[in-house]
Amino acid sequence: MSLAETYPQEVQRILAKYPPEHKRSAVMPLLYLAQRRDGYITKAAMQEIAEFLEMDGTEVASIVGFYTLYHDKQEGKYRMQVCNDLPCALRGADTFLEGLCENLGIRLGETTPDGLVTLEAVMCIGACDRAPVFQIQSPERITYYENMTIERTLELIEALKKAQGETT
Amino acid sequence: MAHILLRHRDIPDIHQLDVYRQHGGFEAWQKAVISMTPEQVTEVVKASGLRGRGGAAFPTGVKWAFMDNRNWPHYVVANADESEPGTFKDREIMEKNPFQFLEGVAIASYAVQAHTAYIYLRGEYWHIAEWLDQKIAEMEAAGLLGDRLFGSDYSLRIYTHLGAGAYICGEETALLESLEGKRGQPRIRPPFPPSFGLYGKPTVVNNVETLTNVPPILTYGAEWYRSLGTADSAGVKVFSLSGRVKKPGNYELPFGKTFRDLIYGGGGGILDDRPIKAIMPAGASSSLIVADEKALDTPLDYASVRALGSDLGSGSVIVIDDTVSIEWVIRKTVHFFKHESCGKCTPCREGNYWMLRILDRLERRPKKEDVQLLYNVARQMQGKCLCALGEFAIMAVMTGIERFPQDFVDSSQT
Ligand SMILES: Cc1cc2nc3c(=O)[nH]c(=O)nc-3n(C[C@H](O)[C@H](O)[C@H](O)COP(=O)(O)O)c2cc1C
Ligand code: SF4
Ligand code: FES
Repeated sequence: MSLAETYPQEVQRILAKYPPEHKRSAVMPLLYLAQRRDGYITKAAMQEIAEFLEMDGTEVASIVGFYTLYHDKQEGKYRMQVCNDLPCALRGADTFLEGLCENLGIRLGETTPDGLVTLEAVMCIGACDRAPVFQIQSPERITYYENMTIERTLELIEALKKAQGETT
Repeated sequence: MAHILLRHRDIPDIHQLDVYRQHGGFEAWQKAVISMTPEQVTEVVKASGLRGRGGAAFPTGVKWAFMDNRNWPHYVVANADESEPGTFKDREIMEKNPFQFLEGVAIASYAVQAHTAYIYLRGEYWHIAEWLDQKIAEMEAAGLLGDRLFGSDYSLRIYTHLGAGAYICGEETALLESLEGKRGQPRIRPPFPPSFGLYGKPTVVNNVETLTNVPPILTYGAEWYRSLGTADSAGVKVFSLSGRVKKPGNYELPFGKTFRDLIYGGGGGILDDRPIKAIMPAGASSSLIVADEKALDTPLDYASVRALGSDLGSGSVIVIDDTVSIEWVIRKTVHFFKHESCGKCTPCREGNYWMLRILDRLERRPKKEDVQLLYNVARQMQGKCLCALGEFAIMAVMTGIERFPQDFVDSSQT
């Protein structure tokens, strides 16, 4: 189903934000919608958005490539994006990240064997006074977790696993 | 002193419309539309001495007056991209005191007669965009936004727009490109946004904190605002304090308080009571300050920090103590800038790549020649980049090597 059919209200709301003659401004919010629908941004979705906004398919693809929160590949359902930028690193973020890798048995950029969590390091996310911090990007949203410990992070992953088990 | 920007610290429920209104909220907005001309509003902001809080400190009222009145429509864009490492002030303002920010957006829009304003938020601030959408809807329902406001013929709509992870989109022209549905790469300036901005139309781009200052300025007047702060830097500033301090967080202070007041007062001093070593006053884009007594007693205002050989920028103060090597610090900052370079121009794209490679090599095998090489690469980038990111990237590198030479290859190793 097309985005306009799957999310009629959202698409209307998005298009209403921009002057009709500049509807390509809607490309970013529509890409978020596509990511929500498919889990990542598929080639077909890029083509669909390009046609919808009367853009070139390669232009849409280059936008997807430019911004780090768009993904054109299926990875873990949840992307755990730990900040290890300077201010957080001054408060132990690197150690936290290493500990996390060790406990999960994966390296940065890898996904847990159950396909649930991909571990990533990211630049500052505006929570430097609450290190260690990470955000979890799921297809639907981004959620912050602040002042974290390894223990609480592992608990959180367990909870995500449980929730996943219940829905499938 | 009661807070002027972080008012939720005194009035916790100020994010509720009725509470905000009970405390004078939207009186300035109504006063502007009903009883002031756009030019009068701009004059008050000019006279207040308010300067942009996004980093460049450009006088806000002067920027508004630059709007080209031969070319319509006009737009206002609030810069909520907040991605400078060490900066988290706009987030607190929008999360906790959203209406004062939105009132500032509205007043700025009236002053330049824009009927549409956008708030460009970094993609990570997903929850804030949702929150602001809700607050905007409340304002519309209360007749504070929409058509023919307060019985006048002025209409205004405010929309949020989410970025998707790119520091460069905080640069105002890259932001506008991104909002137009393109890759966020800077435009060559001039022309500046007040003559050629969003969709080629005159546009004011202002930082969230800048705009949040506007309602109290209109309510209490330019003179009141000038009475806070210093001659060079009027008013108050929210400083994001991070790094090796006991109490990191946001602190609202009038300009003119010292680094010592911020770091040892609000910040509670250094972790484990270690000696302080360096200060980065403007996030990762800072020139490093040697944190001696003179520096600690320096007033936090634009001119004084510049006299120290640095810049106050966005006021994102990262504190470094004696446990930290400056070489490690600049490896972090260069890593950041290499990741965030948009790739449009060669000196920035290639320079950051080389700086990071040299720094990685230095980590494995310290060599004096490599420190010199690093310095030379940085110097070759100077003044050659299309946008300020290229300049930001070399600040910490050059001042780090100049001011903390002992941290790069000690003599026993060469
Ligand atoms: C690389 C780069 C990143 C920037 N990031 C931001 C930002 O995140 N937020 C911001 O308000 N200004 C940022 N700026 C400054 C903007 O270009 C612009 O000067 C500012 O939004 C103007 O608003 P002001 O006058 O209210 O400060 C950045 C500039 C550069 C060169
Ligand atoms: S200086 Fe860097 S970020 Fe700025 S335009 Fe050039 S490549 Fe892009
Ligand atoms: S450095 Fe990690 S949130 Fe800012």
